[in-house]
Amino acid sequence: MSMEPVLQVRGLTMTFGGLRALDNVDLHVEREEIVALVGPNGAGKTTFFNCITGIYPPASGDIFLAPPGGKRRRINGLKMHTVTEHGMARTFQNIHIFPAMTVLENVMVGRHCRTSSGLLGAVLRGAGTLREEEGIVNKSYEILETVGLDASVNELAINLPYGAQRRLEIARAVATDPFLLLLDEPAAGMNPQETKELEGLIRQIRNGKKISILLIEHDMKLVMSISDRLCVMDYGEKIAEGTPAEIRGNPIVIEAYLGEDPDA
Amino acid sequence: MKNLTALKQPLLVSAWFMFLTFPLMVIRVNTIENVVEWRWRNMIWVGTASFLLTFLWRYLSDRREAARKEAERTEDHEQTLGRFLAGRPEVGRYLSVGAMILALIFPFVFSTYQTNIMATALMYAVLGLGLNIVVGQAGLLNLGYVAFYAAGAYSYALLNHHFGIGFWTALPVGAVVGALFGILLGFPVLRLRGDYLAIVTLGFGEITRLVLENWNDFSFGPSGISNIPRPGFFGIALDIRGATIYLYFLVLLLCLATVFIVNRLQNSRIGRAWIAIREDETASQAMGIDGTKTKLTAFALGAFWAGMVGVIFAAKTTFINPASFTFLESAMILSIVVLGGIGSIPGIITAALFLILVPEYLRAFSNYRMLIFGSVMVLMMLFRPQGIVAGARRTYTFRRRKSGPELERG
Amino acid sequence: MEYFLELFAGGLTRGSIYALIALGYTMVYGIIELINFAHGEIYMIGAFTALIVSSVLAMSGMSGVSALVLASIVAVVYASAYGFTVEKIAYKPLRRAPRLSPLISAIGMSIFLQNYVLLAQTPDFLPFPNLLPELPLPEAFGNIIGSTELIILLTTAVIMGGLTLVIKFTKMGKAMRATAQDRDMAMLVGINVNRVISNTFVIGSALAAVGGILIASHVGRVNFFIGFIAGIKAFTAAVLGGIGSIPGAVLGGLVLGLTESFATGYVSSDYEDVFAFALLIVILILRPTGLLGRAAAPKV
Repeated sequence: MSMEPVLQVRGLTMTFGGLRALDNVDLHVEREEIVALVGPNGAGKTTFFNCITGIYPPASGDIFLAPPGGKRRRINGLKMHTVTEHGMARTFQNIHIFPAMTVLENVMVGRHCRTSSGLLGAVLRGAGTLREEEGIVNKSYEILETVGLDASVNELAINLPYGAQRRLEIARAVATDPFLLLLDEPAAGMNPQETKELEGLIRQIRNGKKISILLIEHDMKLVMSISDRLCVMDYGEKIAEGTPAEIRGNPIVIEAYLGEDPDA
Repeated sequence: MKNLTALKQPLLVSAWFMFLTFPLMVIRVNTIENVVEWRWRNMIWVGTASFLLTFLWRYLSDRREAARKEAERTEDHEQTLGRFLAGRPEVGRYLSVGAMILALIFPFVFSTYQTNIMATALMYAVLGLGLNIVVGQAGLLNLGYVAFYAAGAYSYALLNHHFGIGFWTALPVGAVVGALFGILLGFPVLRLRGDYLAIVTLGFGEITRLVLENWNDFSFGPSGISNIPRPGFFGIALDIRGATIYLYFLVLLLCLATVFIVNRLQNSRIGRAWIAIREDETASQAMGIDGTKTKLTAFALGAFWAGMVGVIFAAKTTFINPASFTFLESAMILSIVVLGGIGSIPGIITAALFLILVPEYLRAFSNYRMLIFGSVMVLMMLFRPQGIVAGARRTYTFRRRKSGPELERG
Repeated sequence: MEYFLELFAGGLTRGSIYALIALGYTMVYGIIELINFAHGEIYMIGAFTALIVSSVLAMSGMSGVSALVLASIVAVVYASAYGFTVEKIAYKPLRRAPRLSPLISAIGMSIFLQNYVLLAQTPDFLPFPNLLPELPLPEAFGNIIGSTELIILLTTAVIMGGLTLVIKFTKMGKAMRATAQDRDMAMLVGINVNRVISNTFVIGSALAAVGGILIASHVGRVNFFIGFIAGIKAFTAAVLGGIGSIPGAVLGGLVLGLTESFATGYVSSDYEDVFAFALLIVILILRPTGLLGRAAAPKV
């Protein structure tokens, strides 16, 4: 059986008032693959995430999402929440947690699109709703155990330290049962120890939950060790693609990072 | 010498306010008799009051700063009343049982007049709880809440006037009419950013009032509709006292039902979605929450409640006109929510009782009522944005099982 | 045709005053992204102060243009002082608070100021003396536009021209524009952001006071509540033109004034205020960025 890529992007173009933020970008992610999107600041990486998750409508191009064993679907122009429902979840570069909710509740919100009880259910609290609610709580707790936040379930999310907030965002995204997870600079602001734990966590999510991962990251050490494949972007274009070993020696990539040490 | 510098700022502030209030507080012109009244005493009042208030202001500001520093240092938040109650459910239970008993015997202990006022206060508590769904939970600042309240009141008044429809039929109808108005307005405007939404709802509230005032054929204009019947009691005719007590219990029942429902909604899938949208709209959508649909649910549910209370209001006063549905009414309901503590049920009930009963019993204050509302809204935002009783989130405890974690019930 | 021109002139007059008040909303919003609900009250306080001062002057035997000028100066100074104080008390401590907090604080301030004037003065309407001089207009012209209306139009045009020059060419204007674009960046390059914000409130309040004096002379009466409706209409004008945009506020004010004038002239005068609110809702639904506003991409 031929394996269809879970994400297939063709010719994605995005303009902001005449400025080409993305120019004809092709990219795909295979099943259970970890792909890193790298490039200097302003290369269009986050714009790429925002385009494929429905925050900005792309000017042209095709975005296809195919769940493992499921039917391929074109997701251009779908709203963000529908994209998440189709199985692609994301985190944000600058943290977007729900500050006044507890850690557990943050993750419980992630279960929203996989559950269904409505107003009447909430008020009457029938057996079905109670069962669903218990499922939400237990599943969310399990995910928090995975990311190592089970000790602080009842804390308000705002009171967590920075690194823990990043892990909480990942937990929340995992709670939506995605088959593809987009991580936008998950290691930003983390110390080496935290980054190392993050690497383990990302591997665990891929291996344990069979979730493919596409990440934007500036920490080259992390990227090189974790990724199966890298895509390099500069000025809104994809300039190179390959395994970490291939990318390391690529002169185009080195030029793009001019002034920036790729090992920094 | 040191004392002198400490006094310098309050003196300057006091001088500034004496200057600022001079034309409005001191001078009063009588344009008919062509005389100017100089009220110098007011200037002394302003000077003294602002001098003293500077110290209070400084004290409160210092305390706020200290609390913030303390929170940063210990990464712990202050022990709020809400958290205290959440940690000790038995205290909350005693308090609610006590309040319940008081509420039940109230009409038999106090006069008809006071029972009537209490019913009004409870009505505002219900309105506050309804608006809290919209503002507190979903974070949608609705400044035209009174429009939905008016929709309910006029539904009953007009249906009764034209078709003789009774209270009990009108109650659900008024609520549904309110909700329909909510959907009608909410559908196009809920995409707007928060502060634009505030101004659009304000405009909608004013349009509603102006239409009621000018469309004489439909709403009988400024003269309003009178002789609206009170709710029937199994066909028995009640005297004024009986009818007041009956209405009181009706409102009390509605209040209890509202508390029950709001409480259940707060910790439900849909309640969490509302809070998520309030806290971070982009992130909530990335979590698969349909923003438009979820906001519309909150907006319509809030309007549903307003419509229902509107019917009760019409039945209670037996007369309605557009003057009861001004922006100030919306502002008052909003200040109940803000003062009580956004998202906190006991806080909102306390605030409603406070804001309605205090001006009622302290007649001297009634002229200053709106002035106090305004200052309370500002001061609460500055010094206690979480309200009288801050809402606390539900906590969960888990125990380990071989099969995996299990939620402990309790 | 003459009726049409009369409505047109009336609409322009009305619109130019809305524009004066709208400038205060738009400048404040441009800099701190706050709908300054109390702005309408500043306008009302400006009008009230002018009324009080001119009445006192009239009773002591001073009238005409000199009384007008003196009353206007006092009113502008007082309105600016109120704007300045309101910002310091109700908004400045909330700079980093969640968005709804300063908005609720602003609503509270608006209610407070209304009732302050109500209690300190009177709940009734007071007659406002017409201090504007009578210009000798040719008769054909005078049928279309009154002397007062012409003065209002000329005054607002001069003030707006002056404001544009201040914002374009002075150091303070440049600091204001820089702060509006990026407050943190402006702070980094050494702009005293607090002073810029204070200046914005002072200028906006002064403009509102001028608007208050002009409209009060035109309408001839004043009470504590006039700021509420005028404030919402001016805000509508600001949104209509694209909030944050200064030419937008002027354009929005004129469009709103003309719409109201024609709607009340040709349709019905009972629903005068309804037209403004309905226009606001329709504009926000169809074009939330206004006529001259730019769409901002969501920051993620």
